[in-house]
Amino acid sequence: MYDVLIIGCGVVGAATAMELSRYKLSVAVAERENDVAVGTTKANSAILHAGYDPKPGTVMARLNVRGSQLAAEYCQKLDVPYRRCGSMVLAFSERDMETLGVLLDRGNRNGVPGLRILTGDEARQMEPELADTVLGALWAPTAAIVSPWELCLALAETAVKNGAELKLCTAVTGLERAEDHWRIHTNRGILEARYVVNAAGVDSDTVHDMAAPHDFDIRPSRGEYYLLDKAEGGRVNTVVFQCPSEKGKGVLVSPTVHGNLIVGPNAEASPKHDESTTAGGLDFVRETAKLSVPGVNFGQSIRNFAGVRANAGLDDFIIRIAAPGFLDLAGICSPGLTSAPAIGEYAAELLQGDGLRLEKKEHFEFHRRRIRFKELDEESRRELVSRDPAYGRVICRCETVTEGEILACFHTPIPPVSVDGVKRRTNAGMGRCQGGFCAPRVVELLSRELNVPAGEIVKDRAGMKILFEETKEVRGDV
Amino acid sequence: MYELIVIGGGPAGLAAACEAWDAGLRRILIVERDKTLGGILNQCIHNGFGLTYFKEELTGPEYAHRFTQLLAKTGVEVRTDTMVLRITPDRRVHMTGPSCGYRIEEASSVILAMGCRERTRGAIGVPGARPAGVFTAGAAQRYVNVEGWMPGKRVVILGSGDIGLIMARRMTLEGAKVLACVEVMPYSGGLTRNIVQCLEDYKIPLYLSHTVTDVLGRDRVEKVIVSRVDENRRPIPGTEMEFACDTLLLSVGLIPENELTAAAGIRMDPRTKGAAVYENMETSLPGVFACGNVAHVHDLVDYVTRESQRAGAAAARFVLNGPAAGEEIPVENGPGVSYTVPQRVRPENVDKSLGIFFRVNRIFGRSRICVEAEGREVCGFDRERMAPGEMESVTVPKKLLAGVKGGLTVSVREVEK
Ligand SMILES: Cc1cc2nc3c(=O)[nH]c(=O)nc-3n(C[C@H](O)[C@H](O)[C@H](O)COP(=O)(O)OP(=O)(O)OC[C@H]3O[C@@H](n4cnc5c(N)ncnc54)[C@H](O)[C@@H]3O)c2cc1C
Ligand SMILES: Cc1cc2nc3c(=O)[nH]c(=O)nc-3n(C[C@H](O)[C@H](O)[C@H](O)COP(=O)(O)OP(=O)(O)OC[C@H]3O[C@@H](n4cnc5c(N)ncnc54)[C@H](O)[C@@H]3O)c2cc1C
Repeated sequence: MYDVLIIGCGVVGAATAMELSRYKLSVAVAERENDVAVGTTKANSAILHAGYDPKPGTVMARLNVRGSQLAAEYCQKLDVPYRRCGSMVLAFSERDMETLGVLLDRGNRNGVPGLRILTGDEARQMEPELADTVLGALWAPTAAIVSPWELCLALAETAVKNGAELKLCTAVTGLERAEDHWRIHTNRGILEARYVVNAAGVDSDTVHDMAAPHDFDIRPSRGEYYLLDKAEGGRVNTVVFQCPSEKGKGVLVSPTVHGNLIVGPNAEASPKHDESTTAGGLDFVRETAKLSVPGVNFGQSIRNFAGVRANAGLDDFIIRIAAPGFLDLAGICSPGLTSAPAIGEYAAELLQGDGLRLEKKEHFEFHRRRIRFKELDEESRRELVSRDPAYGRVICRCETVTEGEILACFHTPIPPVSVDGVKRRTNAGMGRCQGGFCAPRVVELLSRELNVPAGEIVKDRAGMKILFEETKEVRGDV
Repeated sequence: MYELIVIGGGPAGLAAACEAWDAGLRRILIVERDKTLGGILNQCIHNGFGLTYFKEELTGPEYAHRFTQLLAKTGVEVRTDTMVLRITPDRRVHMTGPSCGYRIEEASSVILAMGCRERTRGAIGVPGARPAGVFTAGAAQRYVNVEGWMPGKRVVILGSGDIGLIMARRMTLEGAKVLACVEVMPYSGGLTRNIVQCLEDYKIPLYLSHTVTDVLGRDRVEKVIVSRVDENRRPIPGTEMEFACDTLLLSVGLIPENELTAAAGIRMDPRTKGAAVYENMETSLPGVFACGNVAHVHDLVDYVTRESQRAGAAAARFVLNGPAAGEEIPVENGPGVSYTVPQRVRPENVDKSLGIFFRVNRIFGRSRICVEAEGREVCGFDRERMAPGEMESVTVPKKLLAGVKGGLTVSVREVEK
């Protein structure tokens, strides 16, 4: 019997697990897929929003501002790529200028520090590539960029290091209330816990309905992106938004912590798990982005991707005790990534309010470091390679990721089981050749480290097999 | 301190190093990131290499072997499993490998021979789902020929570049069903002989002026949608065809691998995506040369060899006799030409003749290639047919370059039958 079982290990589930692992509790996380951070957490804009978007007085507003502070601290302690680069919302018309005024006012009421309205010229001085048509901008110095999957991974690893149990490939199929606890039905048998937390992302409505009367629907909305080569990474230095509309925060142009340029998203209704891109969606993204930054060179695209928002059609997240011992962290649309650390904190508070005893552990391990060969200076590289020659062998040439780094991630609290799992942990395959060169080598390393044939290795989720069978020549029936 | 460091041990690097040795250099180092020399040739187990250079048909590994044998007779030092991470304008070469560690070596001259990489799905923006089963043709070639694994059973190939064509045949021979090869242009990007031997011989349909407009499947590719495109390469609604398949191979072009080059501040040519070079393959950085696929994408290794020998000899001359001298003139692209190599020429420094490689920008029937200076033809060459997929070369005798001012222009025009 667990004290708490969390359903879903996206950034929200991971932050909640980490928060609860500070206390003397037995905590488990059930995740349907074979790895953490494989839902919306891996496919979004990767912005830590300053907090001027949410309506004042909402839970979302409070958690956004608090989350952005906590995220800065967590990223530093847990070695997650993070850069406070600030953001601008551009105005192209008088109406947009009015919107900026509204956002400024909201931001001030939400407690966002340092907001300021810039003239078009001031904005262009900071971002020389902005269009001449920009009339003004809202400048938010506390906005930041982050590696979303590494944030999730770092939170989940910390939870595991501090005793939480991560159950991968475990899909929750039903919840049954017993006397004073929940019986949790999964594809791998029944689990029991006194409290259940619903952090199931776009499936949070389905999971809610397992425990409480139906009272909301997730209406998934997909956003499509371009990721451009590092050659374009310096096109802008800050996050460049357009004015938000009913549909979302609009198309942004932003640097990423990995040095690329990200452009997107659009917003179109979609099925829950459909991460496809469309020609129409991508055309829209390109055309719209050019209004902000006309010079973006889409010829440098290295990847398109899409993520699905868990929209519930409300102005706020759905965070509440929805049934005895059952906490919803549902409808966590944007700024869910930013808010996640604060959602974790708040979740612990709500569970406490529902009777969960929170007693701090004497020791909480809150530290994480990994070697990033590419970022080391010459002297450290020399030392590292002489200590462990595997750090001298470059596997991913575009991102300069060494064999040593890849081997090291098999010895972390949550080792990878897929090519994309290695990519999320080391950046191998993230570069301009998109794994064309290193994927076969990563398959080989996975096969060796996991001790399974290469044919069993998957690209990402279970079922995404890469290879079929050995060639005739190898099988010997030529 | 080396006289010459060659970066990359593919056919370009091998030929350049051997030639530099023959020309008198003695302290030469080849740095190769793979565990073996030979470059991309190691995975090209098909025939068709060496027809021009050796006048016989070799497989890729056999062709590479010819040169590693030659190399073994020299005193050239080789460091495999070692990758170059940076070169500086003063020719210091930063490298890392499990046995040599992280090291910086100095050199009097450097030859860039890093080859190229394949364009990816992201680069051409194929929309749709992102399941497993989308590979670049070269990656698939590596799985089949080097790792011994089949990456698919029912295959559609996007792009008619040579690697895709070769893989159409290879996958078929391995028991896969290749349903179609789809090319967005109205002509193929590959060699005619590959169209015949790899598609037609196996009755694999080639859809010209078509492209892939959607990929379906959640875990693995299940279907691709192919549509006809208009003159502007935009898909025409209503022309969709559906192919049930598990694999999509992309053979949509190669890009010279020039991150090191650009980071060293060497002048690049946006058309070749390689360094802009002189007649002797020297880049804008004196003493640094580029040859093979890193300079411009070749279809035939034989030309890579010739070009790289030129670079090797020039590096030796640079080290032994000092920098090349003389006025320089540009080589411009006239009508019908999409790029030339070299991009600049120092006529005084030309040996006996000037070799110019170029590609045409569309299909040409019977036509004449003109090399002009100040509106006057310096020399001309006749061809029966030319296609963008096949690199062309012409040779201009040195004596015709005497007195040429202002630059050369290469152009192509069709002539009446
Ligand atoms: C296009 C787009 C752009 C965005 N941009 C930003 C941004 O810039 N900044 C920002 O702050 N936020 C942004 N967001 C929002 C942010 O990405 C999400 O709010 C956040 O990732 C949600 O995390 P999560 O953990 O709730 O969901 P997810 O990451 O989707 O995790 C849910 C997990 O639950 C698992 N699960 C589901 N059902 C079950 C079950 N029955 N049993 C077991 N496991 C289950 C899933 O497999 C999944 O791993 C964006 C979102 C989108 C779509
Ligand atoms: C799949 C394929 C099929 C082909 N089929 C044919 C054919 O049928 N007939 C034909 O004549 N030609 C064919 N070609 C063309 C021919 O093989 C190439 O033109 C030739 O191999 C190019 O030689 P290269 O040395 O320039 O490049 P490569 O062979 O690519 O060699 C480059 C070498 O540099 C190394 N390298 C790169 N960067 C670094 C670094 N930073 N540090 C250290 N080492 C580095 C690489 O590992 C590689 O070994 C084919 C090419 C390909 C890609």
